[in-house]
Amino acid sequence: MSLTVETRHQLGNFSLDAAFTSDGGVTALFGRSGSGKTSLINIIAGLLKPESGRVLLDGDVIADSDRRIFTPVHRRRFGYVFQEARLFPHLSVRRNLAYGRWFAGKSGWGSDFTRIVDMLGIGHLLERNPSALSGGERQRVAIGRALLAAPRLLLMDEPLAALDEARKAEILPYLERLRDDAGIPIVYVSHSVGEVARLARRVVVLENGRVTASGAAAEVLSAPAATLATGRREAGVLLEGEVEGTDPTHELTTVRVGRERLRIAGVSATAGSRLRLHIAARDVMLATTRPVEISALNVLEGRILTLTSDEDGSVDVRVNCGDATIAARITRFSRDALQLVPGRTVYAIIKSVAIDH
Amino acid sequence: MDWLAVSDAEWTAILLSLRVATVAMICSLPFALVVAMLLARGRFWGKTLLNGLVHLPLILPPVVTGFLLLLLFGRRGPLGAFFADYFGLVFSFRWTGAALACAVMAFPLMVRSIRLSIEAVDRKLEDAATTLGASPVWVFATVTLPLIIPGIIAGMIIAFAKAMGEFGATITFVSNIPGETQTLSAAIYTFTQVPGGDAGAMRLTIISVIISMAALIFSELLATFAARRVAAQ
Repeated sequence: MSLTVETRHQLGNFSLDAAFTSDGGVTALFGRSGSGKTSLINIIAGLLKPESGRVLLDGDVIADSDRRIFTPVHRRRFGYVFQEARLFPHLSVRRNLAYGRWFAGKSGWGSDFTRIVDMLGIGHLLERNPSALSGGERQRVAIGRALLAAPRLLLMDEPLAALDEARKAEILPYLERLRDDAGIPIVYVSHSVGEVARLARRVVVLENGRVTASGAAAEVLSAPAATLATGRREAGVLLEGEVEGTDPTHELTTVRVGRERLRIAGVSATAGSRLRLHIAARDVMLATTRPVEISALNVLEGRILTLTSDEDGSVDVRVNCGDATIAARITRFSRDALQLVPGRTVYAIIKSVAIDH
Repeated sequence: MDWLAVSDAEWTAILLSLRVATVAMICSLPFALVVAMLLARGRFWGKTLLNGLVHLPLILPPVVTGFLLLLLFGRRGPLGAFFADYFGLVFSFRWTGAALACAVMAFPLMVRSIRLSIEAVDRKLEDAATTLGASPVWVFATVTLPLIIPGIIAGMIIAFAKAMGEFGATITFVSNIPGETQTLSAAIYTFTQVPGGDAGAMRLTIISVIISMAALIFSELLATFAARRVAAQ
């Protein structure tokens, strides 16, 4: 599977000029609000017709302004999960789910229905009306509805943005199952590093309608803060590790990243499974001697690779801890007080509860 | 209680009124739906003109509308001759003409009601249906139409009520012929013009009130039912 998108479009004062490719799995379009993510995904869906551009999927030309090809939205068979669930209020959950079947013309629908309903855990909601569902349930039904239309590509525009943290945590595991089981390529729009870190294989960073970075998720999300459009608050590193085991009494999971071991809280993962951890630079402390008697569970020894100053008085420090590079944001004052220079040995301290996974 | 006995002629007027109003309501519905859709969604040259034209019967004196209908749909009028020649449909001095006059007079009210309900439909739902594979016609049939049903019902009832009460345009266009074009309103008017007609006018007035109330209650019931089906998200 391969998706190629190139587009140029003018919307009032805002100009979108972006291109990216994807080779399957989850591709995240990542950026602040107003960066053009939603316009770009609407162009892929066909809901917005760009002034010029191309959309190719597996060699099929879906749209090409030069060749005057424009496949109408309803013939693209691209599933779309919107920020708000957009369920049809006059239809029951079951009939909402079945809506796309009329047009998909696919056999073996019954088994798909059971499988997808099971995967999303919405079996008990089928006879209800959309108005009787919680936000999280609605969004799960919307995902099921999109999947049951047998899409070639699934577009998701901040599907979790309208939900509170608890509902997000409720849906994320379903999205991971979707990514791992359904085998449908996904373009996922988000401004949350946590979501992207957890789901995406590739990340395309958009800023002011331009692509400022793209590549494998671990590379892009671990890049220095300046390249990340989301603002530096969430900048950090993305580590990939393997779950070693869980301590049930303390609900702590040990994840091995290279030779290092990190302990994180509140995960339900089986031993041996791969897990991605996003560690925000602002959550990492540095010490020049190994700290004792502190509550933070993860203390990694490493060497400073680089120090990058920012205008606002903060410094981004990258520390090589064996097989993992950790980023820490500290003040200029701390840098001077601790005399931090490249090559110096430091200890990076990460609170277990601060790790996004 | 003798004065309450409805005469045959009066029954004829009542049944004629019901028939005229029902036919007017049903026949104008498809046109009202199309025009409402155009006005709510269309972007084309002359939209203001179309809007003005549709609302004209609301603003013009009914007698003027009736006279214009007579000019256009009279036996020698351009449209009247066309319908008579090609469809065998004669409007002048027939009950069909009364239905046409009532439909024209009620048209703006019906369009207005349907248009408002179309404008209230969340177009994001229609986009969602499109991404699920529904063509524009299917989107209209399976999403837009079910969502505007309450507006359509309200429009039909208000058109029916307007048609039941129509007087000026009808009497100008098709006159006041007992058994053919004498509707309830025209019959009441006739009673008030002759000595001793008060009792007859009173009987028809009571019947008119009953029909109007029944239509109103019926529309309320339907609207409640439709609103329950299309519960807000």
